[in-house]
Amino acid sequence: MQNLIKSSSISTLTRILSILCGVSIIAVVFLPIWRIELDAPQYPEGLSMQIFSNKLSGDVEIINGLNHYIGMRTLHADDFIEFTVLPYVIGIIGLFGVIAGIIRKRWFFFTWATIFLVFAVLTMIDFYIWEYNYGHNLDPTAPIQVPGMTYTPPLIGFKQLLNFGAFSIPDIGGWIMIAVGAILTTLGFYEIKRKKHV
Amino acid sequence: MIKFKNKTKQALLLSFGLTLITSVTGCKPKTAGSAVTAGAAEKVYVAPGKYDDLYAFVSGGFSGQLAVYGFPSARLLKVLPVFSQNPENGYGYSEETLPMLNTSHGFVPYDDLHHVQVSQTDGVMDGRWVFVNGNNTPRVARIDLKTFKTVEIIELPNSAGNHSSPFITENTEYVVAGTRFSVPDDGVEYPIHTYKDNFKGTISFIGVDPKSGEMDISFQLELPPLNFDLSHSGKGPSSGWFFFSTYNTEKAYTLLEVNASQRDKDFIMAVNWKKAEAMIKAGKGKKKSVRYAHNQWNEETHSASSTIKTEVLTLTADQLREVCYFMPCPKSPHGTDVDPSGEYIVGSGKLAALLPVFSFAKIKKAIENKDFDGEYDGFHVLKYESVLHGEVEKPGLGPLHTEFDDKGNAYTSFFVSSEIVKWNVKTLQIIDRVPTYYSIGHLTVPGGDTRKPTGKYVVAYNKITKDRYLPTGPELTQSAQLYDISGEKMQLLLDFPTIGEPHYSQIIPASKIAENSKKFYKIEDNKHPYAVKKESETRVVRDGNKVHVYMSMIRSHLSPDNIEGIKVGDEVYFHLTNLEQDWDVPHGFAIKGAQTAELLIMPGETQTLKWYPKLAGITPFYCTDFCSALHQEMSGYIRVSPAGSNTPIQFGTGENAPGPKK
Repeated sequence: MQNLIKSSSISTLTRILSILCGVSIIAVVFLPIWRIELDAPQYPEGLSMQIFSNKLSGDVEIINGLNHYIGMRTLHADDFIEFTVLPYVIGIIGLFGVIAGIIRKRWFFFTWATIFLVFAVLTMIDFYIWEYNYGHNLDPTAPIQVPGMTYTPPLIGFKQLLNFGAFSIPDIGGWIMIAVGAILTTLGFYEIKRKKHV
Repeated sequence: MIKFKNKTKQALLLSFGLTLITSVTGCKPKTAGSAVTAGAAEKVYVAPGKYDDLYAFVSGGFSGQLAVYGFPSARLLKVLPVFSQNPENGYGYSEETLPMLNTSHGFVPYDDLHHVQVSQTDGVMDGRWVFVNGNNTPRVARIDLKTFKTVEIIELPNSAGNHSSPFITENTEYVVAGTRFSVPDDGVEYPIHTYKDNFKGTISFIGVDPKSGEMDISFQLELPPLNFDLSHSGKGPSSGWFFFSTYNTEKAYTLLEVNASQRDKDFIMAVNWKKAEAMIKAGKGKKKSVRYAHNQWNEETHSASSTIKTEVLTLTADQLREVCYFMPCPKSPHGTDVDPSGEYIVGSGKLAALLPVFSFAKIKKAIENKDFDGEYDGFHVLKYESVLHGEVEKPGLGPLHTEFDDKGNAYTSFFVSSEIVKWNVKTLQIIDRVPTYYSIGHLTVPGGDTRKPTGKYVVAYNKITKDRYLPTGPELTQSAQLYDISGEKMQLLLDFPTIGEPHYSQIIPASKIAENSKKFYKIEDNKHPYAVKKESETRVVRDGNKVHVYMSMIRSHLSPDNIEGIKVGDEVYFHLTNLEQDWDVPHGFAIKGAQTAELLIMPGETQTLKWYPKLAGITPFYCTDFCSALHQEMSGYIRVSPAGSNTPIQFGTGENAPGPKK
């Protein structure tokens, strides 16, 4: 059978997984991608904020109410151009995955996989830049000023910021992206290896 | 009537009394040291951060308030203001809460709160509302258990000493209120010695709306001038009946101590309220002109309103011969308690040497067979022996109240011998007795007056503490004791002080209330006419000599926090809206020289403090509830100018504060 498959096509396994990955990425448009959990002695029940492709949700108002003590800007979805662009970008990338599975073209699959991985890395860099800016560009008249203290939340993992413990982790959408990244990388190697054998 | 008229009987009684005294000496309360057994501490220990299993709503007696405890730890969770002003949160001082304490006598900022009833569905506590009585200026209040707030108070006309209240029917159809002090109709005066002819007892049936809980006096029963002491609704087979204990069947009006204790037996009155209700529905009630206040709290406007009502429907004594029946009960009965099955009614004669238990089946039969022992003021008196299930012999001295467990046992409090006695309702045999410290009044088993008690604990509420705690001068605390009743023997677990004087309480599983507890009010639902929804709406408006300050509060500033143009002689209303939208972030507000109290405003709520500036100068105001790291900064100034000066109204916060711009 394998001899019959043209070397410019991808395997059936790669096809199926590409379609699944594409559909999953489209689903990410509607799912929370990242979450930041905060807890403090004053908030034993915890505060949490979820980041979607197009909005912020959770205890944003409460967090905004607290930000003014350290002079951190309040969070508003309107300030982020990303929330307008991201749903489309993610949707299109997902759609490309489905197309990659349908047209079976090897070059298309590799291009798509690369775009996805680059996109994922760029998103994380963008996220970090935002976090850095929020954590560093503080109002000089803020009531609470701790010399040398900045408030960049962790990209992933736990960090103590004054009385708040901040825990940053992927949410369901983020986990999907990570899983897709891992699957695409594995499939890429699989396809390279497979071509050598043909 | 059983009366001891001849000397033989007197001698018998005397010897009986002596025997009783000797037998009681035998069960003299043990000392505290020997009364607590090992393992007691473990049973009441609730680790820090863990919740108690039960809520207890304990009357504050003459404090006029209601205490909320967690059991088994007996930690005091909250004191809820009901009938008395509470400077701690502005209840009875703020413009919004003033109408809650309105009565036909005007503003009455105090009462004596005795009894507590949690609303019931099918004879089981449902945890929606708590009803409590005001004994002094007859009132019944309803507390909403979502917010733990007094949301309604209804006054009772033609009533005095509202003691047999606020006992409720199995589905909270009615809350009753009976007069302990019979009086003529409101506003009519007679020579007091014409008591027998001109005074009346009344029993009010207050209807409760099954959805909203709103109260309304459905009808009143007009009865002979007895002292209606306590009551309890029937249940199960006795559903549709209510039982009221009475004393002073002698109709004494002076030195009651002696004159109301002469008859060997007084009565428990059985009321067929279903029949009374049917008569009212059939239009047989007589309209009486009265005046009473009905005060309601509105959770959307965060304000109370008070309405004076002017009419009540009455069923007069001559209409009630087939509704009310009198059962003889020894010696000035106090508690009248119905067991979980609804079949047995325990009457506790304060001065009796035995405890009678009546059978509802026998009461019904006696009424059917017209098995009467004469009449009292035209009412049928049932024959004692015909309605009696039996008597608990030599139970103790001074029986007051009885509660029940889920195993067929009863627990009766004895004031004089200061003990709780456990006995079996069917066999009438005494099982155990434990001392209380000292002179117990009421007692409570969780669900102990409902169809489904849980026989894990009994709590004793005591009148005297003497040597129990560190002394605090002449005025000592009153107290309660928690006992484990899960075994055959009662076991003392804990002894703790209470607020005011604890009378009755109700204890309910925490699960029925905790999850419904409100966390804050949504600001968008706030319909208070002087609310501000955001800081930009804050302002100061002068209207003649009235000044309205629309002020917001959010961590950690008040806005406006600089106000000028207030003058001596003004009437200043501070309308404070707490803009927080999170749990446990109340803000307080106090202003120097205010002759009221502070306000404590919950997130999303608006409350108003009225202030008369009397001296020109600078008056500071501030948040009294340590709300945040910058709580101390949450303050402001008012410039008060002399009367007649021309200082214009100016106000602002931060960059907008009056003065040269930076």
